Amino acid sequence: MTTAEALLQAKTLAETRQAKFAARSRLNKVALALSLAAMAFGVFWLIWILWETLRLGLGGLSLATFTEMTPPPNEEGGILNAIFGSIVMVGLATFVGTPIGILAGIYLAEYNPRGWLAGVVRFVNDILLSAPSIVIGLFVYAVAVARFQGFSALAGAMALALITIPVVIRTTENMLQLVPPGLREAAYALGTPKWKVILSITLRAARAGVVTGILLAVARIAGETAPLLFTALSNQFWTSNITQPMASLPVTIFKFAMSPYENWQKLAWAGVFLITIAVLALNILARVLTRNKN
Amino acid sequence: MSASTLPERRPATEHALSSTLTADPGALELSPARAGARAATPPPAKKARSGPMADRLFGWAAKGAALLTLALLIGILLSLIVGAWPAIAKYGLGFLTSSVWDPVTNEYGGLVMIYGTLATSLIALVIAVPVSFGIALFLTELSPSWLKRPLGTAIELLAAVPSIVYGMWGLLVFGPILSTWVQQPLQKLLAGVPYLGALVSGPPVGIGILSAGIILAIMIIPFIASVMRDVFEVTPPLLKESAYGLGSTTWEVVSKVVLPYTKAGVVGGIMLGLGRALGETMAVTFVIGNMNQLNSLSLFEAANSITSALANEFAEAGAGLHQAALMYLGLVLFFITFVVLSLSKLLLARMKKSEGKAS
Repeated sequence: MTTAEALLQAKTLAETRQAKFAARSRLNKVALALSLAAMAFGVFWLIWILWETLRLGLGGLSLATFTEMTPPPNEEGGILNAIFGSIVMVGLATFVGTPIGILAGIYLAEYNPRGWLAGVVRFVNDILLSAPSIVIGLFVYAVAVARFQGFSALAGAMALALITIPVVIRTTENMLQLVPPGLREAAYALGTPKWKVILSITLRAARAGVVTGILLAVARIAGETAPLLFTALSNQFWTSNITQPMASLPVTIFKFAMSPYENWQKLAWAGVFLITIAVLALNILARVLTRNKN
Repeated sequence: MSASTLPERRPATEHALSSTLTADPGALELSPARAGARAATPPPAKKARSGPMADRLFGWAAKGAALLTLALLIGILLSLIVGAWPAIAKYGLGFLTSSVWDPVTNEYGGLVMIYGTLATSLIALVIAVPVSFGIALFLTELSPSWLKRPLGTAIELLAAVPSIVYGMWGLLVFGPILSTWVQQPLQKLLAGVPYLGALVSGPPVGIGILSAGIILAIMIIPFIASVMRDVFEVTPPLLKESAYGLGSTTWEVVSKVVLPYTKAGVVGGIMLGLGRALGETMAVTFVIGNMNQLNSLSLFEAANSITSALANEFAEAGAGLHQAALMYLGLVLFFITFVVLSLSKLLLARMKKSEGKAS
């Protein structure tokens, strides 16, 4: 091989290398540009949805929204009974669901966390966490509504409580696991009984996280519609009797938004606005709480 | 930590929290002082007795609450099977392949709804998976660190928005836009083309399988993206740095190092999103059109899904075969989501295990 040939070969080699490098960096640029586009795509929907909710929601909002009952088609009115119903059912569900969720979370984190029962419960809980909420509605219908022959706010609250429990279990367990074992051991060494260690040491140390879990659970059930459709049903009038069908914000929105009446649609937007603000506020509050803890 | 607090038993629980945090190393040195203090004031004997009983009660309560979760799952399954039994007994598995749904003649088959559920979820996955991957890639490799947190939060907030908001927005805002800017131009373009033309036929109102699929995609993007981001972040930096050190581009590192390493977790995240999409009710009910038809497979034709059939018909269905058939649909839905979510959970658990091995 002459030197000229060798030079030529080296040159073509360098050229192919360069070409290959150019192709690689081009591919890289395309991929990163697409990734940027995907991020923009995701944020775009959030902004669009929030913007429309704000715009149309504020347009539908008035003082009567908070002071009057749901009206018949084409008449003025508000959604006071629906707001009240939502607060009652979400409150009841949280009141019932939270202690059960915290207790089960304590079991998973503090009692035999590696046992087979804890494993099974954790698995089932993760399934329930993402299970279709309408199926929970069917379950409550079968065990409560069909048995006692009537839709009621109580049944609706029960369905919502069943949705709260997995959320609270999950966060409670995770937060308790973050508590350093040294704290528990120090308390045990002082002769403290287990229940007291859990209640006044570990649970207290994990307080912010557990409260976050409860807030997230409330945010989740505040917007739930499907499980209420055939448990609490809806009610056009004011009622504070929890054994009667009761209106709720999500179900009222559903009914009003699907209707052709303009005033109903307006009220539905006002309702959507209220729910979105409440849910986002709860989520942000939950985030702030955990951030302070960290 | 002062020795004076040690002899008293009651405040010990209060102080343990702060004292272990501040003066952990000093704890051992104090033990002789503590022994002396103990001998001086013996602990009351009665208090020790009340411990075990309360302890056992509390333990039972915790265990009971945990067992309740299991009971709930079994209860859901049993109540669905019992409720659906008249329909199961009458149709058997043929229910799944029959497309008749007629409350008037009391004949029921679930194919229309099952098709609607699967088709909308499939469309949602086709859109959501690449987008979520892009978002996760952006958040882990590309984003400047000061943007990571706000963007991650924004994506997670998208997951928190209640589904009814998506539904109403889809019906009243997005649907009309989709119909004017996508469906009508497509119909004009593909007017005479066989198959493709049929795929976009239908009245231009912006509701149907495609709208439902798109809304579902927007809803599940945050779930898939945040799981993907989390699993991408557990890739050992050593692996990535070695690849960068060999001269790999960012894309090569992600596609040839990160992705193979996190394969199980990524699939788990996708399954989680699929589970969500299958069971989503309100967003779909608003935009799918709720029409029991399978004659036109057009993406723009109104259809029905399991969840929207339940949401629309269940409260009005009289006790009897109609209700049983709806319960049967609920059972099918629960079964499908159970399988999908179990798979997702197993894959993510495998991911966690391999992460433990690596570190």
